Amino acid sequence: MSFLNKNVSETQIRLKDRLWLYIFSYLILFLLIVPSLVVIPMSFSASQYLEFPPKEWSLRWYENYFFAWKVENGFNDWMQATWTSLKVAILTIFVATPIGTMAAYGLVNSNSRLGKILFPIFISPMMVPIILVAIGLFYFFVQFKLVGSIIGLVLGHSLVAMPLVLIIVFSALKNYDMNQEKVARSLGATRFRAFREITLPQIKFSIISASLIAFLTSFDEIIISLFVAGGDNSTITRSMFLALRDQIDPTIAAISTILIVISSGLLIIIQLIGNKENKKD
Amino acid sequence: MTIAEIEKPNERGLQQVAANERLTFFGLTLPYLLMVTALIVIPVGWLFYLSFIGRDGSLSFENYERMMKSKAYIRIFLTTFKISILTTIICAAIGYPLAYFMSQLSRKWANICMIGVLIPFWTSLLVRTYAWLVLLQKKGLLNNMAIEMGLISEPIKIVHNTTGTLIGMVHIMLPFLILPLYANMRAIDKDTLKAASSLGATPTRAFWTVFFPLSLPGLLAGLLIVFVLCLGFYVTPAILGGGRVIMAAMKISSNIELYFSWGAASALGVVLLVVTGIILFIASKLVSMDQLGNR
Repeated sequence: MSFLNKNVSETQIRLKDRLWLYIFSYLILFLLIVPSLVVIPMSFSASQYLEFPPKEWSLRWYENYFFAWKVENGFNDWMQATWTSLKVAILTIFVATPIGTMAAYGLVNSNSRLGKILFPIFISPMMVPIILVAIGLFYFFVQFKLVGSIIGLVLGHSLVAMPLVLIIVFSALKNYDMNQEKVARSLGATRFRAFREITLPQIKFSIISASLIAFLTSFDEIIISLFVAGGDNSTITRSMFLALRDQIDPTIAAISTILIVISSGLLIIIQLIGNKENKKD
Repeated sequence: MTIAEIEKPNERGLQQVAANERLTFFGLTLPYLLMVTALIVIPVGWLFYLSFIGRDGSLSFENYERMMKSKAYIRIFLTTFKISILTTIICAAIGYPLAYFMSQLSRKWANICMIGVLIPFWTSLLVRTYAWLVLLQKKGLLNNMAIEMGLISEPIKIVHNTTGTLIGMVHIMLPFLILPLYANMRAIDKDTLKAASSLGATPTRAFWTVFFPLSLPGLLAGLLIVFVLCLGFYVTPAILGGGRVIMAAMKISSNIELYFSWGAASALGVVLLVVTGIILFIASKLVSMDQLGNR
């Protein structure tokens, strides 16, 4: 087994000395990925109880998710919540991305003193405990009758998505040479035109990733939705959380599977975009 | 006409342009500033005010006094700190070797391993919590496997208690520790280790005297992020704790949902915010703010 004597570091550690680290690391990576995937086979189980592996297979939980109509109100609660989540997540993209991008552009160009004051304020939605943000918003929205409204949800979700947009676009602009805009402007372009035709095409992939992350942040958000959503406008995560607190409904396994497919799909797109942008450099 | 004006005829005009520029840049950040002010500063400020309002509507420390005297609240504080500290320690114990391992791989392999860290990072928190509930329950996969292998005869209780909460929280928090730590370890110049080794240090000694101290900023950043996030955690303990593990965020929520007592909820929220603020302040002195925000 000569490969065990191969050097694996700068300090002449051989592979056999470090085998434990390899085994440990792969085990942890396995434990990071695989537990979430257990919901996939569960979602195709025919049983009401969560048995693993399932003895019989069926699509009943997917049917339940897509087609079950509650008799008392004539609605499919799951589908309604899904539409609300989608609507809110898409609107969040259009609020958080422009606001975050504008702020990133302003911060990159302004002097560092202003940046030092503004940056901590701007990432405060990530720092303040989210439960506090949620009850604060709830109290605030009650005054404006925004509780249970789409607008309230979009505002709340944009608040948590904006810092992510800011950080992504900010770091893209930091690597970008602002002098290119100065050249365009000295040739007579307005600031806006210089931004649109020179800067924007070069940072567009970062902005696209930022908007996808804004979408995902909104779609996965739970705590703010728990307080701000309500009535006919429950979000999918809120409905799932409330259902999970009460009983283990296998429909949740079906929804979870769909969520895993959506988020890993978006993650792949974001990674591919990242590769494209890196190749350009 | 002053001498300065003669020497630099455009001075004043240029200053005017520069001032306008600064104003434009500040103006671009205004919508953001407005959102944060309207949706965080004012509401949280309002909660701050509410926490000092007693039951009769006058200014008082009643809410805080009641909190300090109540055994239930003390227990909640202790639980919150216990769970947060344990989660942070376990994350560090697991995450440090993994981040180290990844930092020693070639870029290509490290990126492949990174996917393993990023997939759970972007998978819905609720999905992951639910998956653990499925795995850990009495008739779940873990108990069944242990019984089949003859390790145990009766199913053991590993969910709806502290153990289950810890397992779920470590799984959710681990990426937050690994990402800054890995970025830090990648940036460490490997020649420093070669130098230590060529000067006669054993690999173990080279690691502890050279590599480990250099990785401390990343480790610290990761530990603080995990700890702060744990303090405010709600969803995972609510589901995996089964009502037995009550953390601060859950108490805040139940104060409002069940008892409509805004004063008590706000007071607890303010304590949580102050503790978080102190930790983040210390953190900002130790590591740069950019690193903390880099999720």
